[in-house]
Amino acid sequence: MAANELTNPLLTGAHYWDGDFACAEGAIAAGCRFLAGYPITPSTEIAERMAERFPLVGGTYIQMEDELASMAAVLGAAWGGARAMTVTSGPGFSLMQENIGLGVMTETPCVVVNVQRGGPSTGLPTLTGQQDMMQARWGSHGDYEIIALCPSSPQECFDLVIRAFNLSERYRLPVMFMMDECIGHMTEKVVVPRPGKIHVSQRRWYRGKKEHYKPYLPGKDGVPPMVRAGDDFRFHITGLTHDERGYPVINAACQKTCVSRLVNKIKDNTDQIAILEEEGTEDADVVVVSYGISSRVATRAIALARARGIKVGSLRLVTVWPFPENRIRELARKAKCMVMPEINMGQVYLELERIAGTLCKTTLLPHCGGWVHDPQDILEAIVQGAK
Amino acid sequence: MRHLDRQVDPEHSHPLEPYLRMDRIPHIWCSTCGLGTVVNAFLTAVKASGIPREKIAVVSGIGCTGRAAGYVNFDSFHTTHGRAIPFATGLKLANPDLTVIVISGDGDLVAIGGNHLIHAARRNMDINILCVNNFNYAMTGGQFGPTTPKTARTTTTPYGSFEHPFNVPFLVDSCGATYVARWTALHVRHVTTAIQEALTRRGFSFIEVISPCPTVYARRNRLGSGLDLLQFYRDNSIIKNGVDTRECDIRFQEELIVGKFVDVEKPTYLDTMSEYLRESVGERYMPYVGPMQPPQPDNGD
Repeated sequence: MAANELTNPLLTGAHYWDGDFACAEGAIAAGCRFLAGYPITPSTEIAERMAERFPLVGGTYIQMEDELASMAAVLGAAWGGARAMTVTSGPGFSLMQENIGLGVMTETPCVVVNVQRGGPSTGLPTLTGQQDMMQARWGSHGDYEIIALCPSSPQECFDLVIRAFNLSERYRLPVMFMMDECIGHMTEKVVVPRPGKIHVSQRRWYRGKKEHYKPYLPGKDGVPPMVRAGDDFRFHITGLTHDERGYPVINAACQKTCVSRLVNKIKDNTDQIAILEEEGTEDADVVVVSYGISSRVATRAIALARARGIKVGSLRLVTVWPFPENRIRELARKAKCMVMPEINMGQVYLELERIAGTLCKTTLLPHCGGWVHDPQDILEAIVQGAK
Repeated sequence: MRHLDRQVDPEHSHPLEPYLRMDRIPHIWCSTCGLGTVVNAFLTAVKASGIPREKIAVVSGIGCTGRAAGYVNFDSFHTTHGRAIPFATGLKLANPDLTVIVISGDGDLVAIGGNHLIHAARRNMDINILCVNNFNYAMTGGQFGPTTPKTARTTTTPYGSFEHPFNVPFLVDSCGATYVARWTALHVRHVTTAIQEALTRRGFSFIEVISPCPTVYARRNRLGSGLDLLQFYRDNSIIKNGVDTRECDIRFQEELIVGKFVDVEKPTYLDTMSEYLRESVGERYMPYVGPMQPPQPDNGD
């Protein structure tokens, strides 16, 4: 079968794709065979691509009546045994939050793609933003920790969404795949590897005896193994605070056990989860910290600064959550200044300031959305920071 | 689950015990609430249906009825308020071998989850809905909802409800539901038969069970205990199988039209999807591959 046949799950070769297409193809490569979604700009192209591809590769696409339903259906599908995801943008992401919380509480592996646009509210449907980063972290009510990845190219949309699925299976939670409109609609070369060259994690299936199965009895790393519906485990899951059996227990002691584990299974593994791309940070006076499309813009500013002889490095947060505190702290001890451009009024920067603020100068370059930063503004901040 | 390993004294155990999570009994429902009866009917129907119990999946939303999923000994999912139907939809599409039943209340299914109810009916989604209607939000202390009859008193209609309520069988019928029935918690055998029919037929089914809420609804409306309400159902229910669902409105403490209203054949969502795509896409069509396969248990530890 030719690799460019759409009936092939893996379209090995070089393509000229936008980020949305690449994300869809990456998800298929990761074994995703269920997508429930609702059309919303600028993520719709992912759903469109899946609707076209799934009937050719054995997947099920269902367009639900809204985003609340989409997220609920994804959780149901995951417990049915499917590798499942949903795709959305801005307002749709808000509507998904309650069921993202259910996914966190019931430890349901799945991927939520948010192609960010400018907000609040309907905001800028067709223009970019990075304003949902805090919502990705804590948008649902209650305490939890999340994993969020930010691709900065169509190639990364392909590669990283596979990583997102793997992390969702490894740590059993909905993983936030935080694209933005620019990355979603940017068209670049995307190389799809040959079969066998992509690592796809298996679900953490329970392997013990049926009668010993407890849905929330964690393994050594704090993550419980999983079963699927229909296999005679007759398990119960609930959004209520629950014990190891999955049964509701409404008291502070059980809440402590339950929530601590949900938080710590991510927090304690921050360094294992973190994907950071560093360049020239070893002897940098100024470190530009960025993610998503903003890191592409920062590249230009960094080049201009180096032309002026400034020692400037780049730290790209490929995973933004959990926040890589340890590495930020190390870099902050050596640098004079850390500069952070992001297309919001300062969200991830709050964490940068918290960690690095007492060790070096930190500079936020905010942006209201609708366009990317002017590299000259980042350059100016680098120049000031190097003084 | 675990309790199945327990030695059950056959002389003192209930025949439906294997279908209940006995380690979660006693339940939280009030004395003379209709929910125990409904669960009993459901379990009896499952047993009679012959469907292997590992292939039954129960999905509930939030509320008094929403707790049903926690007591039945199947794969069971207690989800978010209003979202039991879309959760069940995802579960069924991902694992079509399952027989999926949503057991939830009127507030959960018809108010906050109303959008999902009408679309699941429209699609003829291959799931079954058991809607226990107690005319109010009981878990939160008895507020009015979209099924509360006019003039009924609740904590948020202290002077009586003035909103037009839903006629739920008509609602789902008009959206394309292929099986629609309404019974009361008094009609145990009818409810059991209806559930059994729903479980063993294809497509979307909707069963409404009018059920007494003695603690908050009946008390505020001075209707007596659950037993008094069952007597009311006995005296005021009129069985009209096949009746036009437009005639099934419920008025406060007036006659209750019950029966099997709709039972028609129509291609289900799964049938339609696979048949249509097979024709439209042709040879290139690859039906859903099914869920991921867990390894065989090694039984080693």
